[in-house]
Amino acid sequence: MTIIDRSSTGTDVTLAGVGTPAYDREQRVGFFTDTSVCIGCKACEVACKEWNDVPADGLEFLGRSYDNTGRLSADTWRHVAFVEQPVATPETQAVSGMRWLMSSDVCKHCTSAACLEVCPTGALFRTEFETVVVQQDICNGCGYCVSACPFGVIDQRKGDGRVWKCTLCYDRLRGGQTPACAQACPTQSIQFGPLEQLRERAATRVDALHQQGVADARLYGEDPADGVGGFGAFFLLLDRPEVYGLPPDPVSTTRDLPGMWRMAGAAALGMLGLAAGSLLEGGRRA
Amino acid sequence: MANADCILIQGSNMAECHPVGFQWVMEAKLRGAKVIHVDPRFTRTSAVADLHVPVRAGSDIAFLGGLINYVLQGGHEFHEYVVAYTNASVIIEGDFQDTEDLDGLFSGYDPETKTYDPASWQYEGRAAPAAAGQREHGAARGEQHGSGGAGIGDDGEVHTDPSLQHPKCVWQILKRHFARYTPEMVEETCGISPAQFREVAEALVSNSNPERTSAIVYSVGWTHHTVGVQYIRTASILQLLLGNIGRPGGGIMALRGHASIQGSTDIPTLYDLLPGYLPMPHGGLDTDLATYLDNNGTDAGFWAHMDAYTVSLLKAWWGDAATAANDYGFEWLPKITGDHSTYQSVLGMISGDVKGYFVVGENPASGTANGRLQRAGLANLEWLVVRDFTDIETSAFWYDSPEIESGELKPEDIGTEVFWMPAAAHTEKDGSFTNTQRLLQWHHKAVEPEGDTRSDLWFYFHLGRIIKERLAAGTDDRDEPIRHLTWDYPTIGAHGDPSAEAVLAEINGWTLGDDPDPTHTDHKPVSGYTALKADGSTASGCWIYAGVYADGVNQAARRRPGSEQTWVAPDWGWAWPLNRRMLYNRASARPDGTPWSERKKYVWWDEEAGKWTGHDVPDFKATMRPDHRPGPDDEAEDKLRGDAPFVMQADGLGWLFAPNGLTDGPLPAHYEPHESPVPNPFYSQQSNPTRQVFDLQLNRSNPPVNDGYPYVFTTYRLTEHHTAGAMSRNLAYLSELQPEFFCEVSPELAAERHLTHGDWATIITARSAIEARVMITDRVRPLRLGERTVHQIGLPYHWGWRGLSKGDSANDLMVGVLDSNVHIPEAKVASCDIRPGRRPRGPELRRMVDDHYQASISAPARPDAPQGQVR
Amino acid sequence: MPRAERRMVPDVTPMSYYGQPVLKAPTWKWPIAGYLFTGGLAAGTSLVGASARIRRDRRLASAASAATLCALGASSAFLIEDLGRPSRFHHMLRVVKVTSPMSVGTWIFSLFSALAGASAAAEVGERAGVPERVARPAAAVAQVGSALVAPALATYTAVLVSDTAVPAWHDARRQLPWLFAGSATASGGAMGVVLSAALAPCGGGAFAAGPRRMAVAGALVEVGADEAMHRRLRSINTGDVAKPSVDSAYATGQPRRLARAARACTVGGAAAVALAGRRDRPRTRLIAGAGALSVLSGAALQRFAIFHAGRASAADPVYTVGPQRLRLVPPAGQP
Repeated sequence: MTIIDRSSTGTDVTLAGVGTPAYDREQRVGFFTDTSVCIGCKACEVACKEWNDVPADGLEFLGRSYDNTGRLSADTWRHVAFVEQPVATPETQAVSGMRWLMSSDVCKHCTSAACLEVCPTGALFRTEFETVVVQQDICNGCGYCVSACPFGVIDQRKGDGRVWKCTLCYDRLRGGQTPACAQACPTQSIQFGPLEQLRERAATRVDALHQQGVADARLYGEDPADGVGGFGAFFLLLDRPEVYGLPPDPVSTTRDLPGMWRMAGAAALGMLGLAAGSLLEGGRRA
Repeated sequence: MANADCILIQGSNMAECHPVGFQWVMEAKLRGAKVIHVDPRFTRTSAVADLHVPVRAGSDIAFLGGLINYVLQGGHEFHEYVVAYTNASVIIEGDFQDTEDLDGLFSGYDPETKTYDPASWQYEGRAAPAAAGQREHGAARGEQHGSGGAGIGDDGEVHTDPSLQHPKCVWQILKRHFARYTPEMVEETCGISPAQFREVAEALVSNSNPERTSAIVYSVGWTHHTVGVQYIRTASILQLLLGNIGRPGGGIMALRGHASIQGSTDIPTLYDLLPGYLPMPHGGLDTDLATYLDNNGTDAGFWAHMDAYTVSLLKAWWGDAATAANDYGFEWLPKITGDHSTYQSVLGMISGDVKGYFVVGENPASGTANGRLQRAGLANLEWLVVRDFTDIETSAFWYDSPEIESGELKPEDIGTEVFWMPAAAHTEKDGSFTNTQRLLQWHHKAVEPEGDTRSDLWFYFHLGRIIKERLAAGTDDRDEPIRHLTWDYPTIGAHGDPSAEAVLAEINGWTLGDDPDPTHTDHKPVSGYTALKADGSTASGCWIYAGVYADGVNQAARRRPGSEQTWVAPDWGWAWPLNRRMLYNRASARPDGTPWSERKKYVWWDEEAGKWTGHDVPDFKATMRPDHRPGPDDEAEDKLRGDAPFVMQADGLGWLFAPNGLTDGPLPAHYEPHESPVPNPFYSQQSNPTRQVFDLQLNRSNPPVNDGYPYVFTTYRLTEHHTAGAMSRNLAYLSELQPEFFCEVSPELAAERHLTHGDWATIITARSAIEARVMITDRVRPLRLGERTVHQIGLPYHWGWRGLSKGDSANDLMVGVLDSNVHIPEAKVASCDIRPGRRPRGPELRRMVDDHYQASISAPARPDAPQGQVR
Repeated sequence: MPRAERRMVPDVTPMSYYGQPVLKAPTWKWPIAGYLFTGGLAAGTSLVGASARIRRDRRLASAASAATLCALGASSAFLIEDLGRPSRFHHMLRVVKVTSPMSVGTWIFSLFSALAGASAAAEVGERAGVPERVARPAAAVAQVGSALVAPALATYTAVLVSDTAVPAWHDARRQLPWLFAGSATASGGAMGVVLSAALAPCGGGAFAAGPRRMAVAGALVEVGADEAMHRRLRSINTGDVAKPSVDSAYATGQPRRLARAARACTVGGAAAVALAGRRDRPRTRLIAGAGALSVLSGAALQRFAIFHAGRASAADPVYTVGPQRLRLVPPAGQP
């Protein structure tokens, strides 16, 4: 099945023209969030909530620049970070101005997704698009995935007990549509498509930015060799990941699981030996 | 805009307030354009711009004037364009005197009436048009020229000097007028360093030539001033000098504040306009149709066909009842007698002259400058109809308002009968949006409105139907306009909605021919305004929209993907006039009809075919040769030269100098805002001498240059909310994104006034005091104006006291003082004081505001305060 | 005024976004810490019971069986209570996933419970008239079977908490199984001591020699593993001055208090158990019993200390970002 989106302008170089490419059921799809063109409009946050019927999560003035959402949560599946930074001229190191970084965070849909791997009920599963989704009729709210996620994405919903996160609009994907956030993004900061294409596009984009003198531009999560096997939703950032609240070198905890099982087995045998040695010494009671 | 090589965004926070349109700025940037944002605050637009230039709110003319001076002094103009396409060479009347001569005034100023007589501003050899200068001050009529330019008087030869050397030619006047606008004066006035100024100037100049174009974007950051119209004039002069009008990637993009607010000026909700920018007839002057046409038309250019547009409108409204014998019902049109703009209406409410009020899609109780004045008006009405989604501040003013809270008003003392009518959302009705580029896009109803909510179309159609039924049997002459009104739209759906397409068809217009059939079934839709006739054989509800229903097809509903058509995308929606995507595009070609450059090719003369052709619909008579010169027998558009691209102007030229059409001067000059802590560095005239000030206690002004109100504040919007909040503060998904009213201040001001991040501050003007959470941020910086430091405070104006997200209304701080051309309030800048902590409650609030005011006016005047100037 | 001293839209420190944690706080509440203890206790106790069964000490075997069941009951209650949707507890049994320690643990827990339950059922059955030749071997086989599963029950929980992104848990993954095994062993032994003390003296020999040895040996392993864990956590630098290593999660507040109390209880209790008179006298029973209760408390406090240290390490971005940043770029390098 090939779905072609209707939105593009037909000009040579366009933002809209790099919109929704064709994809099919056998391809891994994802997001490339290019924060260098994000204008912080939060349309992604709202579109996500509208489409997925995510509850509102409170009217709290945080005073963290224009971010009053705070972070990704069970009730916020897209979150736009706002970072105000003084900018210094390279020569004098004197503050010469400022920049305002904005970045729309989302579930990374990791290749090696710890949340999915540790889920004891099978509620979290990998879809035919290689995205990671919670089946809400299965989840029993054990919370294991919450502690397993190296990004702090998935969380338990208060009053509901189950865990919720971005589904990459699984229902829309099955209908051949673009996820709500990418559809709503006016500047194509959120790009959706087959992951391979997005990676190529991102590499081109970061090169272009470097040529324009934006030395800070870097990709985050595009590398399949990283600790989570590459993100299904990766980013172009203009500063270090932690500035945006992202871990700089996330590793899927289950990468170390075989070693943990071996160590636990050894400890278990040790325990058996210790107990046997302690208890059975002196043989049977008369 | 995607084709621009440089984009100057000023008076606009485009990324935040027009995020969808902003994609084209981002695309231009992707293609290598330099994006410059000039704004008091570092906003989300600044964040993605290549350069942010902080500017003092209300000083934009000084900055733009500086750019004009830079162009003029450095010889950076697009010379061939300027000579051929603008009135630079025209010689002006000998007795014209400039602000240079009169220290901030132009010749013709009458201090008694505070108005100008433009007689001395005229082209030499031409008297002022008959109507000019005859209007009462209150009816100053700038807006009426929205489509056609102002007249240039009776026939007579216009004297020009193509060498631009004549001391009284526009070029030389311009040079002298702007010579004062040096980088140093820009710094002293705007707080912009000469280095930053030069960076902007060089970017614009180097990107404005045959190969390159620069665009300017503005929004209400320019219009909401007592010199708002002159802001746009300054930008127009700059763009004409740089040759950026009528060319791809050029132009001046006026971003409108709401979806289809462009549509609501095209098919106007303004008191002084009829559809298609036909002026509303004036009771005293426009006594019959012929006089009206004579007073308001021109004899050259497309505006010369005003008779056809007017008669077709009258035929659309009164059908068969409109005949040549009765002037096509001209006498049934309502007439204006003076200024009936919003503020005059509100003053009329307070005085008891205005008894009833319809408020639709507005929330004046919290959304209009000086909300307290607005609410005083509402409280003195007999009846009030509010159509909105919820019981907004305006409909609830009688039981829930700051005056109720303070005890000044009690619900039982307010006699206004309030009718609140639930309104349907755009998803619940068919209709069109007209966007800022004059593009009509049709939207289809997705769901039926719930409960009692109904569309505006439904409401007005059935209201009109019922009134017509009531008056049908009457004989009173004054009811004739209603008795004869055609009001026969077919209704559809469960609620009996009138067909929106039928309305569109009527707006488009049709040929009536000889067919007397009143059901109009075989009327043929006209293909465009050029088909309209003045003999009563055509009808059109809005001449500029003629063609939107060409061939009986809803052209606005076309949605051919961009990938399947040219980059101009003519098959997406429909743009007025005649589906033209860019106005005055004749200017994209040289005077001889060839493109200025291959890169900026748009429309051009095809010698073989003998017509204009190109990517867009040419905005020119299609077969007029570039070398056409009008003869004595030519009329209307033929009366213009073949190289005069501005076809709605009487002389076909871009006006660097405006001899008519403006009430406050033929050229822009920097005046300080009505309330400013800074004396005017340019002239001893402090503020615009023609601005409209309403001196009443409810609307009293902060004295200028006064230590009681030492800070500048500006109001603005956030992406997360919509205007006064009626559409967003009731929605949890939006409210949670910006849950509280806040004020943005610099760390320096916070230190000066002991403000704490996240705590409360109280902001005080002569009107009121409001409280806001404090946001201390580097995005707001103190400005150095020579020796003077000016602190600015930013206040988003979305809040009111109802809804999920509540807060004080920034508009309560504002004063109702207006631009004299279009009666727009100065809502983007005023002076104030700020102190830490929350405001008092109850009667204490008024006491504090009054005490602060009294202390301020009774303090000794500052030495630099403008002397003895009320105006 | 230096920027740091002003309150305004704060500078985002290099470590984090407005000081916010990168990780979500574990949703697990105190019942999970409780289960870490009761699960280990059930495992340890079943070992005591099985050895008693083998040594034909039927009274202790029965008592241990009952104690095991009690600990299991508490464990089940804790586990189910902590679920967001307790009524969906059985969804745990939909799949078998080796990548999910909780899934593996569920099956271990179920198998263990089944065997322990079967053993107890056989004993009850015997009293209810099931022939002795059927009931006794069944009880014995089931009890010994459960004891063979017990070490898995005691140690899988270490993998359970280690297999998370929580720094103080994940970084202790090599030590925690030993710590949990030691703690469970100590708990089991201590429970054996307590049960023996409660049972009527059976005369002859030392008092509860086996359980006492087990408690002391377990405590030694527990303390040793704990030391090793802290050494390991101290070696993981954060680059932060105030919180130089992941072990700093244990340095303040609740984790610190709990860890100190745990160590005191475990060491003191084990010493009492070890040193209590070798003769079976009432005073010996009293001292050994009190020491055993102290060991049990130490084990419980130890689990709570680990639980809270984990939460503390998740709540502070320094523990997440710091080590990752240092891993990525050695301190002298540029970002």
